[in-house]
Amino acid sequence: MNEQLVPIYVMGKKYDVPEGLTIMKAMEWIGYKYIRGCGCRGGFCGACSTVYRMPGDYKLQVGLACQTTITSSMYLTQIPSYPNPKAAYDLNKIENPAKAILEVFPEIAKCVGCGACVKACPQKLRPIDYVAAALRGDWEQTAEMSFDCIMCGLCASRCTGELVPYNIALFVRRYFSKVVRPKPEHLINRNRDIRNGQYDLAVKALAEKSAEELKKLYDQRQFEKI
Amino acid sequence: MSGYPVSMQETIKKLEQTRSSRLGQDVPRLSFEGREKLLKECHPDYRKDSIRQISIGPNKGQKLTNKLVDLLEAKSYLDPEKVNLEQVDFDVDVLVIGGGGAGVSAAMIAHEQGANVLLATKLRIGDSNTIMAEGGIAAATQPDDSLERHFLDTIGGGRFENKRDLVSVLVNDAPLIVEWLKDLGCMFDTHPNGDLVVSFAGGHHRKRVHSCKDLSGMEFMRVVRDELYNKGVPVSEFSPAVELLMDEQGNCAGAVLLNLETEEFSVVRAKSVILATGGIGRLHPNDFPTTNHYGATADGLIIAYRGGANLLHMDAIQFHPTGAMWPEQMLGQLITEACRGNGAHLVNKNGEHFINELETRDTVSSAILREVIDRGNGIKTPTGGEGVWLDTPLINIRGDEGKLDRMFAGIVHRFTEYGIDVRKEPIMVFPTQHYQNGGIEIDPEARTSIPGLFAAGECSGGVQGRNRLGGNSLLDIFVFGHRGATSAVNYISSAKVGKLTLQHVREYHRELDAAGIKNKMASPLLLPDYIRDEVKKRRYS
Ligand SMILES: Cc1cc2nc3c(=O)[nH]c(=O)nc-3n(C[C@H](O)[C@H](O)[C@H](O)COP(=O)(O)OP(=O)(O)OC[C@H]3O[C@@H](n4cnc5c(N)ncnc54)[C@H](O)[C@@H]3O)c2cc1C
Ligand code: SF4
Ligand code: SF4
Ligand code: FES
Repeated sequence: MNEQLVPIYVMGKKYDVPEGLTIMKAMEWIGYKYIRGCGCRGGFCGACSTVYRMPGDYKLQVGLACQTTITSSMYLTQIPSYPNPKAAYDLNKIENPAKAILEVFPEIAKCVGCGACVKACPQKLRPIDYVAAALRGDWEQTAEMSFDCIMCGLCASRCTGELVPYNIALFVRRYFSKVVRPKPEHLINRNRDIRNGQYDLAVKALAEKSAEELKKLYDQRQFEKI
Repeated sequence: MSGYPVSMQETIKKLEQTRSSRLGQDVPRLSFEGREKLLKECHPDYRKDSIRQISIGPNKGQKLTNKLVDLLEAKSYLDPEKVNLEQVDFDVDVLVIGGGGAGVSAAMIAHEQGANVLLATKLRIGDSNTIMAEGGIAAATQPDDSLERHFLDTIGGGRFENKRDLVSVLVNDAPLIVEWLKDLGCMFDTHPNGDLVVSFAGGHHRKRVHSCKDLSGMEFMRVVRDELYNKGVPVSEFSPAVELLMDEQGNCAGAVLLNLETEEFSVVRAKSVILATGGIGRLHPNDFPTTNHYGATADGLIIAYRGGANLLHMDAIQFHPTGAMWPEQMLGQLITEACRGNGAHLVNKNGEHFINELETRDTVSSAILREVIDRGNGIKTPTGGEGVWLDTPLINIRGDEGKLDRMFAGIVHRFTEYGIDVRKEPIMVFPTQHYQNGGIEIDPEARTSIPGLFAAGECSGGVQGRNRLGGNSLLDIFVFGHRGATSAVNYISSAKVGKLTLQHVREYHRELDAAGIKNKMASPLLLPDYIRDEVKKRRYS
């Protein structure tokens, strides 16, 4: 196959690489072996966040190296890690979440509403909005708006107020899911029965059946409808 | 404008023509015997070159997947003569190896039970297969479901070769694990009254997969990782284990870790070790692409095997039916089974429906391979690939207008980047390596055959038999992560660590020499090698 080569600038150095590759595959094509900056290779882990600029364009762009196709003449740098220590807390001891959030993340009050985080998010989330929702005490909104966050750290790298927005979001999602949402009855009931050993005999009886008997039962299963 | 080349668009027209007639007809399910026949004809496990005999070690004489045998028949990454075992860098009760869902939950539980724990992992905590899981976790939590039903589906899915005692505890602990995750603050999909939403996955005869949108594994992973940090459990990242350590009694007594960045080794003495190193995908069994994360190189299997632990079902690899085949940038990436669980059909180039989409994965993958390879009914890509269509627009047609956006936002988003609107156009798919069905044999307490060594999650074997069902792995990792931690903590109450040794590695090397095996590899592999030969050839030093 005749590959069309295009130039890219990796941390300033020019390489000609085949068109159509993702940034990650282009780096490997060049000859880099990743230790940092590569985790899942599928857009889930946030290890490969990348910033880049196109010549003649002042705008700083962001993407995931494993998901972003190279464009001719892009100038790129991966940011595999950003210093964002995480404050510890005990979710079981939170009585007043609005107060707790200010104690665990005092910097939250420093959000100036600049929106730099929005431009930095490869998942197209709006940390500015979920931080505001958290400050208002709207836990459900915060949780829903931040759900797709892969904790890549790019918003924190650009934040004027020096917040770590994704840690705030995680705290709120956990609080919301654990405390605000009720625990379903069907789960409580099933687990009470399991703890009482109610199913032990039935499962044991099934586990002791011959392979033939099991196969027969297997072929006779009635499927629930989609 | 379509993101598909014109040559591929023609078969989309056929698919559209047959859509309404397909809607009315479900393809009947295969009987167990019918499935066995299809598997033997078309599943990659049965290809002549897929498995081969291993000549040394506990599984000597058995056939295992080829690329694993290569690494098992290699010498150690480590030179045992050079290691100074007198210089102990960490001295702990429990060493957990692997920072995915199994490892993090095990470390957390062992710490809660009072043990002094170290968690060592190869990349960052959470860079794992766990974080990539989309569909969700299986558990019989619904009133019309039962543990027995879950048992039957799981064991049939595994072709009746699962260890039954493992399946019994798996289905028993499942609803408890869902509650544990909920109590940690995982954001499960719920109905307005708080009841948990459940979906289908192939091979289950009840809806029992609990999801967190299409990012279930990510939600579980970030929550358990957050809790591990909250608890202050010591963690060492970029520090893969390269060999286990034994003591003179033959008990597992720690591991040698490698700092990937400085290439310095360190010695961990531990009263017990929990292996949670995950799967094998990045060895690319049968040269398939894989859905797995960068670090899935079967390291745990290699080091446990050198220590004398036996493997189970390592001739059975799971190929997921729906890996992306187009665009090329997404080759091999997972298109979640939940698409089929919510009504998307698989369709060949003639617009025909050829298998019930909710059969087990081994079956559906085999049917796609038969369609493409044996029957010539695949759709060709301009770059020489071939696949079949996954008719995603059906999800909205059978559900409602907004269903794809609501439930599969990730898929909609990823394909939009390449000009493909999956609400209007199908996705081209082909089987991709997905899961290691077998692994290090464990018992219901997650014990391996080596005293002091426990294993949990994808690196362990026996739970899933020869084929895992969707949702049963996220379940497996937490069930046996818990059990492994509890067993390890019980074990250390009476364990005494003797003098550390790497004698097992020396003996393994001698066995290799005696068998006349000389391959040039070193194992564990740690990271896959994607450097081009052209580049390597010019590395003159
Ligand atoms: C794309 C995808 C989607 C999936 N979807 C689902 C789903 O919807 N439902 C479901 O039930 N299952 C699903 N699975 C399967 C499931 O996610 C995995 O099998 C499971 O999460 C494995 O967990 P684990 O903790 O055993 O391994 P992993 O999560 O892979 O963790 C293993 C960890 O060990 C590290 N490691 C490896 N070698 C070493 C070493 N030598 N030393 C130290 N650390 C090491 C790895 O880097 C990794 O961090 C999916 C898998 C994939 C890949
Ligand atoms: S919100 Fe921040 S951490 Fe989360 S994905 Fe966006 S930029 Fe990354
Ligand atoms: S970048 Fe920081 S300060 Fe600016 S809006 Fe976002 S969170 Fe607030
Ligand atoms: S490598 Fe995980 S998001 Fe790119």
